[in-house]
Amino acid sequence: MSGQNQAGLVLGQETGAELGEPPRRPRRWGLGAGRWLLPAYCALALAFLLVPIVYTIAFSFNDSVRTNIAWRGFTLDNWLNVCDEPGVCEAFGNSLLIGVVATGIATVLGTMIALALARYRFRFRSGTNLLLFLPMATPEVVIGAGLAAQFLTAGVPKGIGTIIVAHAMFCLSFVVVTVKARVASLDPALEDAGRDLYGSPGQVFWRVTFPLLLPGILAAALLSFSLSFDDFIITYFNSGPVNTLPTYIYTAATRGIPAEANVLSSAVFLLAIAVVLIGQVGAQARRKRLGIATR
Amino acid sequence: MALPAFAGASAPATGRGGAARRSGRVALLLLLPGIAYLLLFFLAPLLSLVMTSLQSPSETVFGQYDFTFNWANYLQVVGQYGEQIGRSFLYALLATVFALLFSYPLAYFLGVNLRGRPILQSLLLVLVVAPFFISFLLRTAAWKQILSDEGLVVSTLKALALLGPQDHLTGTPIAVVFGLTYNFIPFMCLPLFTTLERLDLRVVEAGRDLYGGPFTTFRTVTLPLSMPGIVSGTLLTFIPAAGDYVNASSQFLGGTSSTMVGNVIQSNFLVQLNYPAAAALSILLMATILVIVGVYVRRSGTEDLL
Repeated sequence: MSGQNQAGLVLGQETGAELGEPPRRPRRWGLGAGRWLLPAYCALALAFLLVPIVYTIAFSFNDSVRTNIAWRGFTLDNWLNVCDEPGVCEAFGNSLLIGVVATGIATVLGTMIALALARYRFRFRSGTNLLLFLPMATPEVVIGAGLAAQFLTAGVPKGIGTIIVAHAMFCLSFVVVTVKARVASLDPALEDAGRDLYGSPGQVFWRVTFPLLLPGILAAALLSFSLSFDDFIITYFNSGPVNTLPTYIYTAATRGIPAEANVLSSAVFLLAIAVVLIGQVGAQARRKRLGIATR
Repeated sequence: MALPAFAGASAPATGRGGAARRSGRVALLLLLPGIAYLLLFFLAPLLSLVMTSLQSPSETVFGQYDFTFNWANYLQVVGQYGEQIGRSFLYALLATVFALLFSYPLAYFLGVNLRGRPILQSLLLVLVVAPFFISFLLRTAAWKQILSDEGLVVSTLKALALLGPQDHLTGTPIAVVFGLTYNFIPFMCLPLFTTLERLDLRVVEAGRDLYGGPFTTFRTVTLPLSMPGIVSGTLLTFIPAAGDYVNASSQFLGGTSSTMVGNVIQSNFLVQLNYPAAAALSILLMATILVIVGVYVRRSGTEDLL
């Protein structure tokens, strides 16, 4: 609790320092209750958000026999022999493959659009913006049914290919939004400097612009991969006989989801959290370094 | 691929003069592949959905459909599935309101109270988005187990007589709305956080200095300033929630009395192979959502969502 009081103090100092004003007038004691009420609520809220995650990870260690519903004791067996459960590793592999390819397509196409939108004025600008916004405002079930109807009319058999096409489509808009923000925050003076130093347009792009955009592009690719990896609704409409991890889980839910699905999802979860934490710590360290440099 | 094309694009900036046409060509080259992709795999499918929605069963071949401008499909699905359509929007609305009430204090704490402590802030933010990293279906399945009749929640509620001895949680509308709310909380929280993180506290302070009580200051200063976050958060929750069919499906949290339009579209398309009905429902769903979103965005006065 004292930590939160400290946070309040830091906050008070911050605003006070910014304004160069005398410290805040003392709060009424009624707000003293508010001071710990909010942090306490947030602790509970965050705990609530984590409940099903903890449940899923815990049950990946369950010594389950047929169904993974009741707790029967701790075992590492599910983790050590994940692929013993038929179909689950194949579905996982498909999910990885689809995620990587769809992310590749969406990232390349989306980055190009983001560059065009941020750097050029052209006639169909608002139309382009609308076309990029609409997929994000359309319910997945409509996108899924639409693509499935189109594949049906065109006589395209459903499979990994159709899933990749669908995933790259809905990831594209998210890539554009993410990368566009990065392009907009780019300092044009850096590119000017590159040109002043007689860099050819190609050199300026690959040695100045692209490295500066890279964090944004990587963030977009990560977002795109996680959207693709976890997508169920659109996938289910366009998967045909192929299973991804989500469609496998959905089908298995009728008879009981095997613990091996929990194992694979938990492993991905822990990996993703590690990546995000490392990224956050890295960004924090960089900010600190830059902060010192500018001071 | 066409990134080298952009390399050429930097040239106009150096030679400013008459390079406008060339830069236009570069912009086109950059846009074309992605836009073509969206036209082909987003817009064309929507059109083929419209076409499919106007088909009627073929008179010659069983199981085939012919295009006949059969507008009656729309009337038929509204008559047949009106209940599920209404329910979807009601559930989505409830889930959006609950998610907003749940997320606002959390986002406020992260964005305002923790401003001076960036490390704690980013760690807690990771916890907020943590559900993104584990399968949506497994999370929902986990809730199904937790809320099941043998689970702790039901037995506690029964012991407190809040739930009758014959009552269930899973399979009821309560469970579906609960699942929708839970699953979309991160979508609500993140935009709220980004808005509140930039909230200018000096304005709030000014409200206090003008003798506004905490409630008045919140209502007249903080809340209007957080509107952009509220609008994007509610849209990011409402739209997917209205079309969701995982929470409401009977393998997960739903039952027969809580079927949503997504379930109907899915079963018509993938099980009954009644493509025209599924397509008509999809078009109705999308049109209704676009109208609701349009009115909402206009009324809330934040039109710069793009």
